[in-house]
Amino acid sequence: MRVYFDNAATTALDPEVLKEMYKVMESQFGNPSSIHAHGREVRTLIERSRKTIANLLHTSPAEIFFTSGGTEADNTAIRCGIIDHQLKHAITTKLEHHAVLHTLQAMEKAGAIKLSYVDVDDKGLVDYNHLEQLLQNNERSFVSLMHANNELGTLTDIVRVGDICEAHNALFHSDTVQTVGHFVHDLSKLKLHFMVCAAHKLHGPKGVGFLHINHKVKINPMIYGGSQERNMRGGTENVYGIAGLAKALELAYADMQGHQAYIQDIKSYMMARLTQEIPGIKFNGETDPEGSLYTVLNVSFPEMEMADMLLFNLDIAGISASGGSACSSGTDIGSHVLSAIGANPNRPSVRFSFSKYNTKEEVDYTVAKLKELCMVNA
Amino acid sequence: MNIPIYLDNNATTPMDPRVLEAMLPYFTNKFGNAASRNHHFGWVAEEGVDYAREQVAKLIGASEKEIIFTSGATESDNLAIKGVFEMYKDKGNHIITAVTEHKAVLDACKHVEKLGGKVTYLPVKEDGLVDLGELEAAMTPETILVSIMYGNNEIGVIQPVKEIAAIAHKHGALFMTDATQAVGKIPVDVNVDGIDLLALSAHKMYGPKGVGALYVRRKGPRVKVTAQMDGGGHERGMRSGTLNVPGIVGLGKACEIAGQEMEAEAKRLSALRDKLQNALTELEESYVNGNVEHRLPHVANISFKYVEGEGLMMAMKDLAVSSGSACTSASLEPSYVLKSLGLSDDLAHSSIRFGLGRFTTEEEVDYAIEVTKKAVNHLRELSPLWEMFKEGIDLNSIEWAEH
Repeated sequence: MRVYFDNAATTALDPEVLKEMYKVMESQFGNPSSIHAHGREVRTLIERSRKTIANLLHTSPAEIFFTSGGTEADNTAIRCGIIDHQLKHAITTKLEHHAVLHTLQAMEKAGAIKLSYVDVDDKGLVDYNHLEQLLQNNERSFVSLMHANNELGTLTDIVRVGDICEAHNALFHSDTVQTVGHFVHDLSKLKLHFMVCAAHKLHGPKGVGFLHINHKVKINPMIYGGSQERNMRGGTENVYGIAGLAKALELAYADMQGHQAYIQDIKSYMMARLTQEIPGIKFNGETDPEGSLYTVLNVSFPEMEMADMLLFNLDIAGISASGGSACSSGTDIGSHVLSAIGANPNRPSVRFSFSKYNTKEEVDYTVAKLKELCMVNA
Repeated sequence: MNIPIYLDNNATTPMDPRVLEAMLPYFTNKFGNAASRNHHFGWVAEEGVDYAREQVAKLIGASEKEIIFTSGATESDNLAIKGVFEMYKDKGNHIITAVTEHKAVLDACKHVEKLGGKVTYLPVKEDGLVDLGELEAAMTPETILVSIMYGNNEIGVIQPVKEIAAIAHKHGALFMTDATQAVGKIPVDVNVDGIDLLALSAHKMYGPKGVGALYVRRKGPRVKVTAQMDGGGHERGMRSGTLNVPGIVGLGKACEIAGQEMEAEAKRLSALRDKLQNALTELEESYVNGNVEHRLPHVANISFKYVEGEGLMMAMKDLAVSSGSACTSASLEPSYVLKSLGLSDDLAHSSIRFGLGRFTTEEEVDYAIEVTKKAVNHLRELSPLWEMFKEGIDLNSIEWAEH
């Protein structure tokens, strides 16, 4: 059995999405900037995709800008949002994805900003009062707080943060890479200035995403050259990727409640089974369905011999999971998220992340293997 | 024959079915994140990326460690120019480029100016080539980078990159080239040519859109660029973001095919291009733009005097051609490249770029000749200027009344 429980790293492409993309790759090859028929055909396709996305998110197509993915979208929002509004202070947490954290830290190092970290509790939940204090005690700030933590699944109340930021006239960016297509985002109500999407986290293709920029804020491009994306992002558009992104989001919204219920059920089942089968098991981050992302379960195992071999042994058993973010796995420095919430470093942690393609049988198989591994190494 | 006939292969190219075939498994069962270092799905994706890196490197004579994958040539150009500017700011703040560069380079340079850098925009000679003497004269001790494109996207002229690189190096500057139009079409070797940084794109060589690469030299000298996108530290820290695995695999395959077929394909295309060009320059008052000796094999940019530009495009609607770069074509401005060769606005407007490609057939070229000749002749029949020209009136001597 091969079990893919690393859907927070990337998801399998939905065959419906591939079908949409295949059509474009096979025959609609024009450059959208060309004014002849080949170009106009794909230009229409791009604008139709933009409209589809905007409608699903309750915003105007003019606020959706296609990028090469979440990292580019985060970098554009942060770098240009801060520089173009002459902000000197930014607020985030130590739990953010590196696309946010490293970007802000690079700007701090370059002397462009002062960076403050909001306190988080041991589950990774943002301390909203501390956020208020930081906003009160500093000049106009740029706030970057992710919607769902990619390692823990802990959710931030972005409605509340939006209200707080509005009260303090701060710019609010949220890395929503893990939640777009998994939760409903109503941009007509959310008080967000920037939010981002990476298609490959919702069964769409890699190499494409978007940045939503609220019409109330104006920024300059990060990548120059050509008048694409209404002068906001130079470079020939990834046409098939954009078509795939729109289709993926459409499919996600088609039955989001069903999708959510199905995956939450798998997650709850795995929690119950693990608790039953392995003594001393704990979970990192928030696990209450109200406050956590239903696709992510971060499991803290009892201390064991050869803890660092756990993922390796899981792989041998045909189970793909992760010790943290894929983007920094392999660096062997451990998870910056787990250390920031003060997790016990002697207890090995594994992130299992689910998708619509997973089953309870896979959970049973995985729990049985985990039980074996814990017994052998205990 | 599919009408309209696609002769705009400098704007973008159709994907080669072999490229699409190579990509497909990475859309389906090999969907892993190449940065997932502890399971099967990640390793399989990484293998695909590693192989593609070798394929790309091989095409330009580089080592695979020198290839940074990006979302395309525009991002590569931005990373190279802004990245060098930031990395080498202690050494100097001057960059030299040319007025005929692609917007991606020019706009990145303009951004550098906003950040306090100095940029020299070299003019070009009438044939579109950079004057090496002028380049030499523009070099200063502050010069950190010379960025001159390999092959021009509008007129196809090939710059003397080897000589340009030598001048840059003599003065201690790095040499970067936007080789988007040249890689895969003509032999490009970073070591033979002395290139320190090189931008390329997949969709100009029958690969997918949304993926490209930046070559960054590692030895003699070891070149570094400051990352323009921070994150997980992918691509040796120079370009973060989850790798577009299927796109990268497609780019690799496109490079491999181009490398194998380049020689034969260049011969075939230059013969077809010459046929087209010879037939069209049989028309009176038609001129080829740019140097014809040093030119990409698949491009001909031809001006038709006394023909109204917009009317020409309309009359040629059976051909998908362009009057300049796609990236600026919506602007209706005359091509700045043609203007920099000394063409008037009118003549620049009535110029057509014919870009042949791997899937262009002789039958299509014949048809394109017929359509173009008919269009030009028809428009000239309607043109008072053409009538005056035929009557021997020197149009430059007429003083036009202001409206």
